[in-house]
Amino acid sequence: MKLKEVAHIRTGDKGNNCNICVIPYLEEDYDYIRDHLTAEEVKDFFQELCQGTVTRYDVPSIHAFNFVLTEALGGGVTRSLRVDRHGKSLGMALAELDI
Amino acid sequence: MKKIRIGCGSGGCAYERMEPALELVMKGDIDYLIFECLAERTIADAQRKKLEDPLKGYNPMLRERMEVFLPLMKTHNFKIVSNMGGANTSQAVTEIVEIAEALGVTGLKIAAVLGDDITSALDQYKSVPLWNQTAAAGSLSDVISANVYLGADGILQALDEGADIVITGRVADPALFVGPILHEFRWHAAEYGKIGQALLTGHLMECCAQLTGGYYADPGYKEVPDLHRLGHPIAEINEAGEVFFTKVKGSGGCVTIDICKEQLLYEIGDPSFYITPDGIADFSKVVFTETEPDVIAAVGALSRGLPETYKVNIGYMNGYMGVGEVSFGGSNALERAELAADIIIKRWDIIGIKQVESRIDYIGFNSLYKTAISEKICTGNSSEIRLRIAVRTITEEDALRLIREVQCLYINGPAGSSGIASNVESILSIENISVPRNDITFIVIVQEV
Repeated sequence: MKLKEVAHIRTGDKGNNCNICVIPYLEEDYDYIRDHLTAEEVKDFFQELCQGTVTRYDVPSIHAFNFVLTEALGGGVTRSLRVDRHGKSLGMALAELDI
Repeated sequence: MKKIRIGCGSGGCAYERMEPALELVMKGDIDYLIFECLAERTIADAQRKKLEDPLKGYNPMLRERMEVFLPLMKTHNFKIVSNMGGANTSQAVTEIVEIAEALGVTGLKIAAVLGDDITSALDQYKSVPLWNQTAAAGSLSDVISANVYLGADGILQALDEGADIVITGRVADPALFVGPILHEFRWHAAEYGKIGQALLTGHLMECCAQLTGGYYADPGYKEVPDLHRLGHPIAEINEAGEVFFTKVKGSGGCVTIDICKEQLLYEIGDPSFYITPDGIADFSKVVFTETEPDVIAAVGALSRGLPETYKVNIGYMNGYMGVGEVSFGGSNALERAELAADIIIKRWDIIGIKQVESRIDYIGFNSLYKTAISEKICTGNSSEIRLRIAVRTITEEDALRLIREVQCLYINGPAGSSGIASNVESILSIENISVPRNDITFIVIVQEV
């Protein structure tokens, strides 16, 4: 099953960091995603793009997760040579991950 | 119970649609209209424009907006707060005064909040380390700007002095909303729950239509009605600190719990420790409920008190970026694009020009996600590929000569080399430092028309 079948995603940037929030459509899927989408898996998935670390922040009050990827935008919006300097498309890749 | 309604007329970009802000004024029953117009690099860009022309450096939509909204302020009873001052707040206010006089609008107080520009004081922070770097601020050359992210204090003072329009330069985006809330409700800094709700309001509202369905739609998964006429968001907040997010009835888009959740986590790190100059926000216990369609209540935000430092944006010139692109079609498109890239790399060896960094992407295959992810999620071969070659150099001439090689592919490249385009521009980069809170003072100047 792909992540996008059970969760929705928004991606933001700050400096050279990218944050991807993962929010299950159904609150009861929160525990499943917590157990099956670790920071290590996300780091492994983005290994070609994220040169830094991945941290997962759990927000149980809204049944959501915030993944923060450091050194993930090729230098950040002000100097990155990438097409997508903000990394706004990165969450849509994670949505394709099988969980 | 006293309550106010704050509408957001634009979010984070120099340009924004005009008519949703007008819709807020005509149908939104708002007390404040906020225009948030500064992204991370905008202020440095504006500083550069001001260096070229001392009368520029404020938001390019200022005149257009003021000509529409100034005549409506008395009849529709709302105030304007905006960071449209950019790098030239004083000149922006002068411009507004001229527009008001030309339109015959009188009886308005217009305030400038100054003090964010510390470019001339940057020398004293030479040894302060840059964020996420080992180097210090003094290591940057060709610095053109240094702007503090001010908090809501200056906006609060301006409103307390009776301002109808408050124009700022660089302030933290949520501060544009926190200022009016503090002015109306007089909350004390130690009222952590209420300040937290003010920070939450600012954080959710600052990206404007991203709270009403922008940056959200995904056909088949997440549907948003009428994106072409998205309504802009309204926050209704009362003196108890309860806040409701909504939009004008009948406008496009939607306000849902799922959208509010996405925006709560947008562009933040640790949700329990989000630093703004008006308080370190703890959003980790926020709860959203839908009270009626397109009306979402939010509770549970907290402030952990004021941070001891301010964030500063330093803008500096950082060499040049060149980009060249060329398209290939047909079932063998990727192979010919790869051949073209190989030619360019060998040509660069021959002409012997140094680059700081370079990058090769195949648009249609791996330009967003590089190869491992692209191959994993790809559903088939594309019938067309656009090769994109990007370089960063010290000098403009080097970038031009490297990228010129892409132009030469029409004649010298693989079969069907087509649609070549190229561009070279200077790079304005940003670094951040922290400075002690006590170092920074703001000034409020109020004029009357």
